[in-house]
Formats: sequence, C-alpha cells, structure tokens
Amino acid sequence: MPAVLTKQDRKLVKDALWDNNPVTLQVLGICSALAVTVQLKTALVMCGALTFVLTLSNVSISLLRNFIPSKIRIIVELSIISSLVILADQFLKAYMFEVSKALSVFVGLIITNCIVMGRAEAFAMANGPWKSFMDGLGNALGYSAVLILVAIPRELLGSGSLLGFKLIPDAMYEAGYVDCGMMVLAPGAFFLLGIIIWIQRAISGYSEAN
Amino acid sequence: MLEHYLSLAVKSIFVENILLAYFLGMCSFLACSKKIETAIGLGIAVTFVLIVTCPANWAINTFLLKRGALAWAGLPEADFSFLSFIAFIAVIATMVQIVELVLDRYSPKLYAALGIFLPLIAVNCSILGGSLFMAERNYSFGESVVFGAGSGIGWFLAIVAMAAIRTKLKYSNIPNSLKGLGITMIITGLMAMGFMCFAGIQL
Repeated sequence: MPAVLTKQDRKLVKDALWDNNPVTLQVLGICSALAVTVQLKTALVMCGALTFVLTLSNVSISLLRNFIPSKIRIIVELSIISSLVILADQFLKAYMFEVSKALSVFVGLIITNCIVMGRAEAFAMANGPWKSFMDGLGNALGYSAVLILVAIPRELLGSGSLLGFKLIPDAMYEAGYVDCGMMVLAPGAFFLLGIIIWIQRAISGYSEAN
Repeated sequence: MLEHYLSLAVKSIFVENILLAYFLGMCSFLACSKKIETAIGLGIAVTFVLIVTCPANWAINTFLLKRGALAWAGLPEADFSFLSFIAFIAVIATMVQIVELVLDRYSPKLYAALGIFLPLIAVNCSILGGSLFMAERNYSFGESVVFGAGSGIGWFLAIVAMAAIRTKLKYSNIPNSLKGLGITMIITGLMAMGFMCFAGIQL
C-alpha cells in the first residue's frame, strides 16, 4: 500500500522509534516500562494496551481539538484517556484474567502514563487526526520496543524462560547454573534500562549537557 | 493495633518503597531531582497530596463504587468498581485544586515554594498508584491514611537522596552518552538495592 503511507507518515513513525524514542530520549512513561517487564508476556500485553489507548486517545483528542477550551483541556484529556483505559481494563479482565491479575494496578496507571498525556498535549492538540494516529502508533511502538528489550533479558536471566517456556536446560542447573535473582527484583530493571539507554544514546550520538 | 499501623508505615516507607520497588512517580523523580531545593518542595507536595487523596478515594470506593457499597441507598447488588479509574483521577485532580486554593489562602509561603509542582502532581503516577493499591489491598480507613503518608514519605526520601547524589555527580567524569538519564537509572538501581536491605523487618 504505497499510497496509504506517505513519506511523512513513515517519518512520524520512524522518528518515534529511534531518533526521538519516548522512553530513552523523551524520558516519558518509565514507570510502567520497569514494572511490567518481569515476564515477556505481561510486557507484550501492556504494549498492546498502551498502543490501543495511545492511538485512540491521540485520534479522539485531535478530532476534538478545536472544541476543547484551552483552560480545561487537561481535565478533558484525562477523562478521554481514562475512559479508554477502562475499556482496555475491562477487556483484559474478561479475556485474559491471569495476565490482568499479574499487571494489577499498572493497567490503570496508563492514565497517568506521561507518554499518553505528553503526546496529547504536544502533538494531538496541534495536528489532524491521521497524523496524530501515526504519531500515536509510532510512539507506542517505540515504547513497546524498549519494553520488549527490557523484558527479554529479565525473564531469560531471572527465571530461565521466555513467554513461560523453559529455555535453559536442566543440565545447566545440575552443572551449578543459578538464575539471577536480581533480575526479577526492581534493581535489575533499573540497571537494564540504564544500560539500554546508554547503548541507544551511544549509537545515536545524543548526549545531555549536564 | 498501633503495632499494625507502625509495621504498615515501615513497610510503605522502606520495604515496599513506592518509587524504588513499584517504580511509581519515576517521571517527576527523574525530571525534578537535579536540585535539592526543588526535590524537597516536590517531595513535600507529593506527601501532602497522598495523605489527602488516599483517605478521600477510600471513602469514594467504600461508599460508592465497591460491590455492595451502595447498600445504604437500597442497591445492595450494584457494582460500580469499573468506574474506579475515572472516579479516582477526578478526585485527585479536584483534591489538587482544593489543596492549591487552601495553601494559597492560608500558607502563601509554602504555596510559593511549591509553585508549578502542585498542579503537575495530578498526573504523577504515584498518587493514582497509591489509591489503586489501597483499593486493591482492601485497606481500612486508618490503614489508608498510614499507607498514604508512608508512601509519600518514602517518595520524599528517595527523591531527596537522589538530588543529593546528583549534585555530587556533576563533578565526576561520566561517558558522554551515559550522562543524565542513563547514570540516573543505574544509581536508582543501586538505591533500590540499598532499600531492599530493609526487607524482612517486622515490628
């Protein structure tokens, strides 16, 4: 479909994936990026939920942007976002109860995920619905990429499995291999994300003047 | 009874620190921990709002939203818990406004010190997270007050410690691309390890 995605659309998505990644460069949405990455499965479900909320909230806020009085826009944005999050949460509770239990409060916390608010404020309030859709999709994918990158080593090193399948053979354990308990706990997530940010910034050449 | 509250307070301040164990409020933690003064201001504001919103949302949840909560209105079967997200965030936004007005009227000094941070707190995930945890764990009224205060103090401790470390960090020689966010994450990891030493403390 070459006609559907113009060069500009592709640029919007690509930008958010690498040059302007929401997590590693814009420093948005870090809370949930760390909390749900103990297992790859919960991370994937979280990515799905965030993609749903972010794209739809961007589109609906962009459609309404000329009708929202600027003084109360934060409240309007918050209520649109929380209605979408309620939809996502009810869906997860109905069809994926186990995962929804594991995610606990973090589905609800998509409401205060800075990526959603940030993109609504910075992009959707100023651009048309189609561009906002592409921007939302791009940022959601950029967020998902980081989540998956954090989740894979955490599950692999922390519990020796991926998506619940044991990958490290029993022979290894008998030979004295031990799962790295730190990866399951909070510090492991902080270290991994720090290292990922380091690598990403080293390659893209970005640096913070401190 | 007192022991129970004390142990809940220790748990929410140290063992299950809302920032270092549950990653809540990371965004403002990373953005506002460059100077100690702003860190202290924001820490106080977050603690304050958590102490107010946790019990407020407890009341909303117990008397309006939970299954069977509307029994006093003759609707014992009603279950509005799916509305909790939107109700909590509305309560938080309102509470932040009220706190802002009250502070402006009665303590202009504190109001000026908190400045821009106060309105921003409405979208700080530690506030909504505190309320959601409170609902999920079925805390009683007293517990929700203690939990709110404990989480706030824990967050305050973490951000002030971080700001102090970052002031020292200015003088160290860090690889260019690790500067800023990268090194902050790694130090937060070390702090989280430190706080984990409190695990297992029971009063």
